[in-house]
Amino acid sequence: MGSKSLTRAFDPSLRPEPCAIGALGLNLAPMTSPDLCILVLDENTVRAAIIEAGLREAGHTRVHIVTEMHGLVRRITEIAPDVIVIDLSNPNRDQLEHLLQMSRAVRKPIAMFVDQSDRDMMEQAIEAGVSAYVVDGLRQDRVKSILDMAIARFNAFSRLQAELEDTRQALEDRKAIDRAKALLMKTRAMSEDEAHHLLRRTAMTQSRRMGDVARALVASAELLLGDEK
Amino acid sequence: MSRPIEPIRLGFMPLIDAAIPIVAADKGFAALEGLDLQLMRETSWANIRDRIAIGHFEAAHLLAPMPLAANLGLTPFEAPLVTPMALGPGANAITVSRALYEAMRAAAPDLQVNDPVSVGAALKAVVQARAGKALQFAVVHPHSAQNYVLRYWLSACGITPDRDVEIGVLPPPLMPDALASGAVDGFCVGEPWNSRAAHQGAGAIVLTKVAIWRGGPEKVLGFRRAFAEAKPQVLQAALRAMKAAAQWCRQPEHHEELIDILSRANRLNISAKDIGAALTGTMPLADGRQIAIDPFGDEAALRPDIGAADWFFAQMVRWGQVTDTADNCAAATSAFRPDLLPGAIAAEAATASGFFDQA
Repeated sequence: MGSKSLTRAFDPSLRPEPCAIGALGLNLAPMTSPDLCILVLDENTVRAAIIEAGLREAGHTRVHIVTEMHGLVRRITEIAPDVIVIDLSNPNRDQLEHLLQMSRAVRKPIAMFVDQSDRDMMEQAIEAGVSAYVVDGLRQDRVKSILDMAIARFNAFSRLQAELEDTRQALEDRKAIDRAKALLMKTRAMSEDEAHHLLRRTAMTQSRRMGDVARALVASAELLLGDEK
Repeated sequence: MSRPIEPIRLGFMPLIDAAIPIVAADKGFAALEGLDLQLMRETSWANIRDRIAIGHFEAAHLLAPMPLAANLGLTPFEAPLVTPMALGPGANAITVSRALYEAMRAAAPDLQVNDPVSVGAALKAVVQARAGKALQFAVVHPHSAQNYVLRYWLSACGITPDRDVEIGVLPPPLMPDALASGAVDGFCVGEPWNSRAAHQGAGAIVLTKVAIWRGGPEKVLGFRRAFAEAKPQVLQAALRAMKAAAQWCRQPEHHEELIDILSRANRLNISAKDIGAALTGTMPLADGRQIAIDPFGDEAALRPDIGAADWFFAQMVRWGQVTDTADNCAAATSAFRPDLLPGAIAAEAATASGFFDQA
């Protein structure tokens, strides 16, 4: 099973020697090198599309998205990727790692993208919820930009989801507060302002969110008075 | 004066044998020891391995050989682990497809289910008849007791793993379907996946792990070694809480509540019925017998026996995962630390014996 290869994603001898041209800031990547083939494994189709768009913007044309985990082995064999980007919530990660170490399943051995000098980057990746595997010997700087992009997009996606959730929550709070105010105005003959202040004061004294207080009030009113929809 | 609350983040996979840490947190045993035990559910052993290594977790529910692999440098990140407690003997078994079971019965009409020698002889006869076409089996992880026990038994029966039987990796919930669809011919996995395959009519449970290896842990509780060394008192408090939780779990009168706790959405998120069957039920063997499941064992089962670590290391060497050097052996076996368990539990007859083919 040769899991030792996991720690040897990059053989130091395969790294380009630092040279004068490098110091001038010229791109050392050979112009003739074929575009990297990138496989994105993500069951979240929206996020997969966001990653794909990012990779295409960065000039990668050979990007494959797999969101369906059935027949994964066959797909990987067909696609023969140089880099695999996978979301960490994917339960197939153990299977993938084992598969990548079996020489029969893939053209070249693939290992987790990791190097002591890149521990920070891997930490960022894991924080963001993404991991990457690359074919043995692939130049590190070429993979780094891909992983950087994936990390940024994963984080952006999480923020977007959090914002969406916040918005949804705010909307639901608004609805609950409106219903609670209407209830108070009807049953206690309050003005809208008074109802609003009562809800806010209760939320403050109980250290609860106003939406939660309103929801509790609506729920108990439904129990006591029947549904007043 | 109240003691400071020590946070411990613990990663777990949604499996029955995560019950002890879950109960330690949810029934307040950890809080009683002044600990804020935060449980984090994960989706793969690879995630647990990476997240404990980079310090997202102080502790984790692990496959028993994983701490050895971490200390042997077989993992992407350098992060030594220690295992002061095993999480019970578990309930692994070997299930084969109905087709393979029928072929085995045809080849060996006197097949005795759950007898490792008899089942092995039947499987060998089938392997020979297939003339070089390998059978496909699945386990959960390369560094798992399931993988090593399956390979040990196959080899002892004259079957060559990787040549006669290819052994791949599959997430356990996919195994019954993989068996039904013919993608695999057999697997070695914990409950409830053997019973699930048997109830679906896709599989025949032919052998329990206990019949192959009487003792030996399947899952353990692992801590970052740096944490265990920096905070020995916190470690002791955590282990006291775990021991109390284990004792609570063992008592049949708590099983109803245990099933309720484990089935919650943020814990195993599996139906109470399935959890109940895996906790207190029986496993239906291929010949119609029912084997009682005892997921927790007795208190002695909490002891992470060094003999078991020795055996795991020997298997890692045998299957080419690591080279056999004195340094490697010391790194591997030092992962199991029964000496750290509070109120030391006397060693049973060394766990590493108790194999079906050893007197």
